[in-house]
Amino acid sequence: MNVVNTIEQSVIQTENLQFYYGTHHALKNINLKFEEKRITALIGPSGCGKSTFLRTMNRMNDLIPGVKTEGAIWIGKENITDSSIDPVELRKKVGMVFQHASVFPFSIYENIAYGPRIHGERNKKVLDEIVEENLRAAALWDEVKDQLDQSATGLSGGQQQRLTIARTLATKPEILLMDEPTSALDPISTAKVEELIQTLKEHYTIIIVTHNMQQAARIADFTAFFLNGEVKEYGQTATIFSNPLFSETKEYIAGKFG
Amino acid sequence: MHKELSQKSDYNLQVSPISKGEYMMAKMIKETEHPLYRKSNKMRMERFGKGLTFLSVALAAAITAAILFLVFSKGLSTFIMNDGSVKDFFTGTTWNPAEVNSLGKPIIGALPFLVGSLAVTGISALLSAPLAIGAAIFMSEIAPKTGKRIMQPVIELLVGIPSVVYGFIGLTVVVPFLRDLFPGSGFGIAAGTIVLSVMILPTVTSLALDAIQAVPRSLREASLALGSTRWQMICEVVLKTAKPGLMMAVIFGMARAFGEALAVQMVIGNAAVIPHSLFEPASTLTSILTMGMGYTVMGQIENNALWSLALVLLLMSLFFTITVRMIGKGKSS
Repeated sequence: MNVVNTIEQSVIQTENLQFYYGTHHALKNINLKFEEKRITALIGPSGCGKSTFLRTMNRMNDLIPGVKTEGAIWIGKENITDSSIDPVELRKKVGMVFQHASVFPFSIYENIAYGPRIHGERNKKVLDEIVEENLRAAALWDEVKDQLDQSATGLSGGQQQRLTIARTLATKPEILLMDEPTSALDPISTAKVEELIQTLKEHYTIIIVTHNMQQAARIADFTAFFLNGEVKEYGQTATIFSNPLFSETKEYIAGKFG
Repeated sequence: MHKELSQKSDYNLQVSPISKGEYMMAKMIKETEHPLYRKSNKMRMERFGKGLTFLSVALAAAITAAILFLVFSKGLSTFIMNDGSVKDFFTGTTWNPAEVNSLGKPIIGALPFLVGSLAVTGISALLSAPLAIGAAIFMSEIAPKTGKRIMQPVIELLVGIPSVVYGFIGLTVVVPFLRDLFPGSGFGIAAGTIVLSVMILPTVTSLALDAIQAVPRSLREASLALGSTRWQMICEVVLKTAKPGLMMAVIFGMARAFGEALAVQMVIGNAAVIPHSLFEPASTLTSILTMGMGYTVMGQIENNALWSLALVLLLMSLFFTITVRMIGKGKSS
């Protein structure tokens, strides 16, 4: 517990985290510490628990019946797995971007304003500012500033994904969770989103799940390699990629399995 | 060898040598007889099936066209053959097609029935829509397990109950209940509305449920991940996204209410006047039609006037169908 008190705010640390889907032990004894304002990539083969782990951090797994979480996830001084934590409040602080850009079938403006609005912001002027500020932050403002009242579903896949990032930023989170944000995008859109993620590092702690090794190598400061529900290896991205400790890590990075 | 053969052929035509052109011809004929060129049994079945389904479609289309033609020609003959006034039809308040007025025109004021039909349809939609959408939300969002296991079968059962049963229940329960609570006989728009809204409730509920369940899970998750409560997610994302589908559900219910004859006729009182309150006897287009059709003779003005009412019903149902289609189109684009 001493450790907890000394870590800075919004630094994330998991402590013997276990997660079960019914009887299936999906996460086994995860102990990770995420640095503030850094990008950490979670890599590993399909079904190894990366997404499950990501979704324990904003308690999205609570929505699935029959799941059980044990251990602790400390964000700042709070253990967010504690039942006294309100997941609604938590998710304001821990934003999430999904694999498929899930834009609401509303206007671009309404998509961004949705978060602030449900959190009580009614002032039109403030909302206007929030919309512009976050579209700028997501490098989308110049492309859509003349069509804010048009449906967001008309945007391209890459624009939609940047819009969902802007929408997440509008709730002023401290931590951004990204679940394969570029896997459904073409290379050019992917490059734009990657560039965006790197600029966001200045203000946010980012944890990103990716199946794209090059992407992890390009953008992440730290990389965690998941295998069968465990963290096999964790460290600086450069070390993991150039000099992994375990042969499994080496083989996975080289594309021998996955 | 060749020479020998050609010599022989002089005597026997069957083995006569053939020119190159003839040979090519023979080859071509043979090629068209290749199994791939022959019509197989399967091919014949294919054509037969095509013909059969086309016939079904053609028959259905022909019947529809015939019905439309009959209703239009009969319905319009009130105004063309019997010199009825269209203005009287839509604004007149007296219905007595057998008599003529001072201008020598038949008295065919259908306004009371139009008002009756629109009133029962509109009010029953207003009553059942919130209930149906509420029930659909409960079944889809609040208690999906109970919804699927208990409510859905119950609702499907309710859809299948014949309208005469609804009418009978209305007559035995709703009418006496209204008679005790309000002045009057209990028959009227209110009774018709209550019966109809209960009757269309299951239809609207199951269609609304479909619309709500069609909202992608990813949108729900996106909303929750932005820190919305479940209730905010339902109101702001699910219902907003499902809005076209919900409107379609309500319009389907209205179409059913507008066209319902039996159940309404049993409880509305069937007075051909515009009622002053919801608790006075009134009538609808359908109730006048079912009441009157047994007592008129084909080709006479009384009968033609009923066809005009049928035409209005048909046009209204067409209107409902087109509206639903337009909403559906808007949704998909």
